[in-house]
Amino acid sequence: METNFIHHQSAHCENGVASNLLKHQGINISEPMVFGIGSGILFFYLPILKVNHAPAISYRPMPGFIFNRAAKRLGIKVKRIKFSNEKSAQIALEENLRNNIPTGLQVGVYNLTYFPDEYRFHFNAHNLVVYGKKDNHFLISDPVMETVTTLTEAELEKVRFAKGALAPKGQMYYPIHIPTEIDWEGAIKKGIKNTCREMLAPIPIVGVKGIRMVARSIPKWADKKGNKIANHYLAQMVRMQEEIGTGGGGFRFIYAAFLQEAAPILKNEKLYELSKEMTRIGDLWRDFAVNASRVYKNRSSQTDVYNSLSKELLHIADLEENFFKMLKKAI
Amino acid sequence: MKKEEVPQDKGNLSKNNIKELCYATDENGNYTTALSTGWEPKTIALQNSLQDINERIEKAKEDVKNGISSPIVYFMEVHKMDWVVLSSYVGMWIWRIKRHRKPSVFKKLSNKVLSKYAEAFEISVEELKNFKGE
Repeated sequence: METNFIHHQSAHCENGVASNLLKHQGINISEPMVFGIGSGILFFYLPILKVNHAPAISYRPMPGFIFNRAAKRLGIKVKRIKFSNEKSAQIALEENLRNNIPTGLQVGVYNLTYFPDEYRFHFNAHNLVVYGKKDNHFLISDPVMETVTTLTEAELEKVRFAKGALAPKGQMYYPIHIPTEIDWEGAIKKGIKNTCREMLAPIPIVGVKGIRMVARSIPKWADKKGNKIANHYLAQMVRMQEEIGTGGGGFRFIYAAFLQEAAPILKNEKLYELSKEMTRIGDLWRDFAVNASRVYKNRSSQTDVYNSLSKELLHIADLEENFFKMLKKAI
Repeated sequence: MKKEEVPQDKGNLSKNNIKELCYATDENGNYTTALSTGWEPKTIALQNSLQDINERIEKAKEDVKNGISSPIVYFMEVHKMDWVVLSSYVGMWIWRIKRHRKPSVFKKLSNKVLSKYAEAFEISVEELKNFKGE
């Protein structure tokens, strides 16, 4: 059995799955559109939670949020099912494929056989689409890969029931209701307003304030924990910002693409300018990554390098604060 | 980022013939997508993480050899796990599995408990028991 699903590569797995599943239903929605309407841009810093032995820094909301918010704002209903039992999870998936429904799955990355070894960490919030089954192999469309691939029953079971933080528990999801008329304008405005609210939130670990808190922490990491650990933290931060899935610059370029796409729909000229500004900010994030990588590569030990990285980040925070205030006004 | 600036460095992705999608602007300033084979700052960041893991594995191996920790710690590091992830895979509380890192406690574990670890590490109980850090 095989559904007539078309694979499109995307930068980020969740937007990609959402965009691909909706395209299959006849809604032509790009990855940046899903990302923008779903308020995908965010920043938070949770120093007490350790991921890969470094403080958790995220450039995006919790897994599932982007698709759920985008669907809600577009009036689309998405069904999500979790399973306690491996067998019933497989039966439900096969039932869907028989009914010609390509199905989104949340999976763990560690046992994804087609990923390069270096990328296989215990990260459980990856997304992919199963669009068929042939000769006991499930046909897989993983949006971050250029082409489609396959997994055996056992391999798929393993990644659907990966353990640890955010365990997927076999979760599958697919749209069940598509409205006849979609209010694009309203959905885009809601998405932007929500993003501005979150990025400007008066909470020290979220949004612009979160960026400032990380900026101020960088020299402290070096002072209190030594250069080796500080460099490890910086490397982890750069990975979160730039690794597969962000489209570069911690999602800033995807967001700039969204604003550009939104401008003609909202008939708002200001969004073109703001898109350009977001691109400039994204470029500064890239510069930050380059400079941070120089620090952990050369193992330079002056306290100055950490202070200059800190200043760079504070500058980005100032620009973003200004940016999101202007964006709020423009809508 | 401009389209012609999308980095095409050699790295962990290009080695596996994988390209990732980036968003960049074309000559008219309009957004488009471009494939990237890799970017050096990312490659170094990833190498830094992998080196960190290797150091942890070597340290765990030494500790098993010197009788400081049980093989569980070693295999946990090999599988890039921490106590939270391991606890979830074997279905036991963290305080309980942390006790099992002591060689004296590990020696007394029943086969039933050992088999849970063996399954999580995808090895046999014998391999787990007989690992001496060499």
